[in-house]
Amino acid sequence: MAQDASSKKSLKQDVYDHPDFYAIDDLLTAEHKLIRSSIRDFVKKEITPYVEDWAQRAHFPYEIVKKFGDIGAFGPTVSEQYGGGGLDYISYGIIMQEIERGDSGMRSTASVQGSLVMYPIYKFGSEAQKKKYLPKLASGEWLGCFGLTEPDHGSNPGGMVTNFKDMGDHYLLNGAKMWISNSPRADIAVVWAKNEEGRVHGLVVERGMEGFSTPETHGKWSLRASATGELVFDNVKVPKENLLPGKSGLGAPLMCLDSARYGIAWGAIGAAMDCYDSARRYALERIQFGKPIASFQLVQKKLAEMLSEITKAQLLNWRLGTLMNEGKATTAQISLAKRNNVHVALEIAREARQIHGGMGITGEYPIMRHMMNLESVVTYEGTHDIHLLILGNNITGIPAFF
Amino acid sequence: MKILVCITHVPDTTSKINFTDNNTRFNTAGVQFIIGPYDDYSLARAIEIKEATPGATVTVLNVGPADTEPTIRKALSVGADDAVRINAEPTDSFFVAKQIAEHAKSIGYDLILMGRESIDYNSGVVHGIVGELLGWPSVSPVMKLDIEGTKAKLAREIEGGKEFLEVNLPFVAGCQEPIAEWKIPNMRGIMSARTKPLKVVEPVSVDSGVKLQQFELPPPKGAVKMIAADNVAELVTLLKNEAKVL
Ligand SMILES: Cc1cc2nc3c(=O)[nH]c(=O)nc-3n(C[C@H](O)[C@H](O)[C@H](O)COP(=O)(O)OP(=O)(O)OC[C@H]3O[C@@H](n4cnc5c(N)ncnc54)[C@H](O)[C@@H]3O)c2cc1C
Repeated sequence: MAQDASSKKSLKQDVYDHPDFYAIDDLLTAEHKLIRSSIRDFVKKEITPYVEDWAQRAHFPYEIVKKFGDIGAFGPTVSEQYGGGGLDYISYGIIMQEIERGDSGMRSTASVQGSLVMYPIYKFGSEAQKKKYLPKLASGEWLGCFGLTEPDHGSNPGGMVTNFKDMGDHYLLNGAKMWISNSPRADIAVVWAKNEEGRVHGLVVERGMEGFSTPETHGKWSLRASATGELVFDNVKVPKENLLPGKSGLGAPLMCLDSARYGIAWGAIGAAMDCYDSARRYALERIQFGKPIASFQLVQKKLAEMLSEITKAQLLNWRLGTLMNEGKATTAQISLAKRNNVHVALEIAREARQIHGGMGITGEYPIMRHMMNLESVVTYEGTHDIHLLILGNNITGIPAFF
Repeated sequence: MKILVCITHVPDTTSKINFTDNNTRFNTAGVQFIIGPYDDYSLARAIEIKEATPGATVTVLNVGPADTEPTIRKALSVGADDAVRINAEPTDSFFVAKQIAEHAKSIGYDLILMGRESIDYNSGVVHGIVGELLGWPSVSPVMKLDIEGTKAKLAREIEGGKEFLEVNLPFVAGCQEPIAEWKIPNMRGIMSARTKPLKVVEPVSVDSGVKLQQFELPPPKGAVKMIAADNVAELVTLLKNEAKVL
């Protein structure tokens, strides 16, 4: 499928290659490496030549949804019976890493669809819901979004006010969600709302239902190639069969977040490796004072620190992936990886930006885009500080959220 | 219609090349291996033909030791139906061509596709030898290939232009771009490749007349000297005295 005719193609060749200082590739199977090279080829063909233009124009390239479906980036761990990939968690991590290497906004589109829309339907949905939604979401025929955050309830989703009433033959949904990735173009939304007893449930709301609208949020300086918006429910009649029957309570959406945060831990390091790779090349090519800037100790320090953090994070991801495969990874372990990896990715992006000098602030290089994107990634899916509280609670047994 | 696609397992085009054992062995340490880029075009075209032709099948073949299997799996993951690995080091073009021809005789294919050349030894003769051994026409480099019943219409690159041909099946073609666009395996393809048959066959013995003696790297590229466009005199002096080409 062709790109949207308005997309401008960059003339620069994407020569990215990942650092593998501790031979972590030896821990991967031949199939994992084939998955990586396939997604990398896909990103080099469909994303990196265009993403700078999309981000500059704050344009969400809707045609990428079908392409992600075709390559198999949506719900790779969902069983094949429902159109998923049936792959393991290391494969899922690798896919997120390679997509975010291209752009965090593109990865957001994929991880929302996979971990936050397909995952809850797969885990908590009825057989009829799985059959109805999963194949179309996996193929990219439909785009989904996940509504948890509200204008007055971000870090504290348990305080949500969005609610539904049992009207006998349907539910009546009221309230609003904010900061919702994919919402402006979504065909369905998995919405978390309280019933009359105040218990949180997941409902599938479909575009076209009366009283449901999705206004777009404009003016972002981050994730500019990803569409973000609100979900507004004004007396929306939701059929009873759209309630996810498998699990209720705040634990249900938090389980989805575990899966998505795991993908972010890998994804952020993808962005970090792109910054490092670009900085290393630039430092060797850029001549100042008669020699490559890579010959100065201060530049070498930056590169050495970047590689150290990337290598540690790669090991963290690999180990966490094996725990995920065994079904043993805990929320706190995932928190540690999400927080650490996004934090080091941001630091690496900032240092890489400095190595690129003035060029680092332009769209000639991916650095500034990654850096701005990561400012969202550090806040969504649990802010940097909220993850400290999750870890603190795990260490001490004392919740310090309120 | 049965299509055979022969693929090579070659170092990625950006690999650093060096040798060990007194320059008699290619050092594979840290080298990534890929499907030969020209073979990859022929594979992509074969898959397109298969998709457009009910009942058509694509078999991939590689002459190589067990460590080429990930490369073969990649070919299966883009859509080939099954694979054959002839368990031998691909020592020279005649050896490889003989293995392919013997296998082809045992199965009976309608079409054999491969790259115009491999990108490791770049001999570019295997398709010709296979055609000769089978008594089939062979054409290379083919940049367009359309099957029409028992015939195929081809376009071939020739010095300064193109040649358009019509060839009866069966035949052998060495392919190059733009015959088709490289296919990127999708996750479903990678999953389904896990269970596709990959048969390992022992080689037929071949009396090769070729023995490798030694590899030698080309001399490293010298530094570039920039001369102002209007300074022809200096250019001539340098070409005479330094480059010694005049
Ligand atoms: C681009 C983007 C896309 C998003 N996509 C989605 C989506 O698809 N679906 C969805 O549901 N949400 C989404 N979000 C929302 C995101 O998850 C929230 O922004 C996040 O949870 C933080 O909530 P908040 O913005 O309300 O900040 P607040 O919760 O108001 O936090 C503000 C600051 O206060 C700190 N803070 C809050 N509570 C405490 C405490 N107890 N102790 C110490 N510090 C505290 C925080 O760490 C933070 O620094 C998205 C956000 C962005 C920016």
